[in-house]
Amino acid sequence: MFRKLHDPGPATVTVHIDGRPVRAEAGESVAAVLLRQPEGWNRTTPVSESRRAPYCMMGVCFECLVEVDGQGSVQSCLTPVRDGMSVTRQQGRRSLSA
Amino acid sequence: MSDHHTDLLIVGAGPAGMAAAVTARRHGLSVRVVDDQSAPGGQIWRAIETVAATPRLARLGEAYRAGVDRAAAFRACGALYEPQSQLWQIEPGFRAFLTRDGRARSVTAEAIILATGAQERPVPFPGWTLPGVLTVGAAQILLKTADSVPDKPVWIAGCGPLPLLYMTQLLAAGGRIAGFLDTTPRGRVGAALRHLPQGLGRFGDLVKGLSWSLALKRAGFPIIRHVAELRAEGDGRLESLHYRTQDGREGDVAAEVLLVHEGVVPNIHAPLALGCAVKWDAGQHCQVPALDRWGETSQANVFVAGDGAGIGGAEAAEPRGRLAALRVATKLGKLRDDAAEAAARPERATLSRALALRPFLDALYAPRPQVFAPADETLVCRCEEVTAGELRTRAAQGRPGPNQLKAFTRAGMGPCQGRQCGYTMAHIVAAVQNRPVEEVGFYRIRPPLKPVTLGELASLDEQEPAA
Repeated sequence: MFRKLHDPGPATVTVHIDGRPVRAEAGESVAAVLLRQPEGWNRTTPVSESRRAPYCMMGVCFECLVEVDGQGSVQSCLTPVRDGMSVTRQQGRRSLSA
Repeated sequence: MSDHHTDLLIVGAGPAGMAAAVTARRHGLSVRVVDDQSAPGGQIWRAIETVAATPRLARLGEAYRAGVDRAAAFRACGALYEPQSQLWQIEPGFRAFLTRDGRARSVTAEAIILATGAQERPVPFPGWTLPGVLTVGAAQILLKTADSVPDKPVWIAGCGPLPLLYMTQLLAAGGRIAGFLDTTPRGRVGAALRHLPQGLGRFGDLVKGLSWSLALKRAGFPIIRHVAELRAEGDGRLESLHYRTQDGREGDVAAEVLLVHEGVVPNIHAPLALGCAVKWDAGQHCQVPALDRWGETSQANVFVAGDGAGIGGAEAAEPRGRLAALRVATKLGKLRDDAAEAAARPERATLSRALALRPFLDALYAPRPQVFAPADETLVCRCEEVTAGELRTRAAQGRPGPNQLKAFTRAGMGPCQGRQCGYTMAHIVAAVQNRPVEEVGFYRIRPPLKPVTLGELASLDEQEPAA
């Protein structure tokens, strides 16, 4: 639903979203990258399992939660991308193993 | 200064926090600044250091560009700066608990300045939880930090200076606007005008606001005035939106992204958790901490500066930060009272100039009544998915306050801890029980201020003192 206006060039890193490699720019947030993906959502809610996407981008709404490198419920708007990072859309309740 | 202890702990590295740090360092205090973000600047100057080196700086405007020097001065001031650190508890004395990179630790300080800024006022309406509905502030952060704009022409709904600024920046960046649903109610200009004389000192800002409005009119997208009701619809994502104006005109339009904004409110979770007294600000429709003329709260040595002290913008945030730092320097014996008073005089003059236009803006852009009275089907608590209808039913049974309703319904119990539903809850309780909203109050805020994992807690390298 969003698009990037410039090509990051040498600042390009690769993150894996649900296993799929995606280009990102060093320093931008995981949430910004997620909002450029065609799926347009990053988690389903624990209560009704409805889809949610980043809403505030400043750390107060907690809608942008994802799993990052195996750690669950990470605020993707506060997390800068790293090359090789693994991001997983979060489904429903967080399990004890995540 | 040990690794764990500083004279002053500043929470937040926006305009107020940075200005406070620079001033405190100048008076010889050791200073630690912790901040959620990965770089200094707060929300107004997000990513300023990165963007400064690019051609994008020019199209984000003068007010944004001003952050370049501020961030540089902050970097050079000698404060211990800890980015990407979340504060989740402050104990008296003071001991603050932080999480960074999945590890928790505690630090101590003699005084605290909370410069945690503001958040956008939650705007609940049916469908506001659908992917594709974001705040205008969120879109502006995406523009500043990721040079990203909505892929298709975007709908924007709301009122206030921020939507006008963002639309101007978006057009300059090559983005496209499908339409602006202006929610300013009819008759507001007249009500605001009586505050104009005192705001005339801010003539430049008035001209800037008018020039944005004129440029947006010329851009040719539809501007629909006096929009009172919104409804977002779609299956798992925003597909269309419905609006209704005060005089009953209705419309249905296709939409992929809808950006909403109804002003900003102070972040008061940290002062509330510390037991600082707050009061209701009828002009800004929110709680603000009760502060003395230096920004000190009802708790000694705890200060609030910046928009967290009441919405005033970056130009008010900086003098507020410096005033708080001057007072901390005095209290810690680094600055004489008369020297602090002399240094405070120009800061107070700057602050009062910066706030001169605020009553006009507050009156013009006061939230429309529907913001506080969403339709029954609206999810008020986004985290726990509690509807306005359920809260209304429960609020009528006995005379529960927000904390009882939280226990009954789980509203306010999710990870955002009431940051999105607190004010809506208060207004629903007030309306159902026919009480003034200032009497209803807010949720009781308890630690942790941000969710902490058991793993992070276990990483705290601390021993309980022997009994």
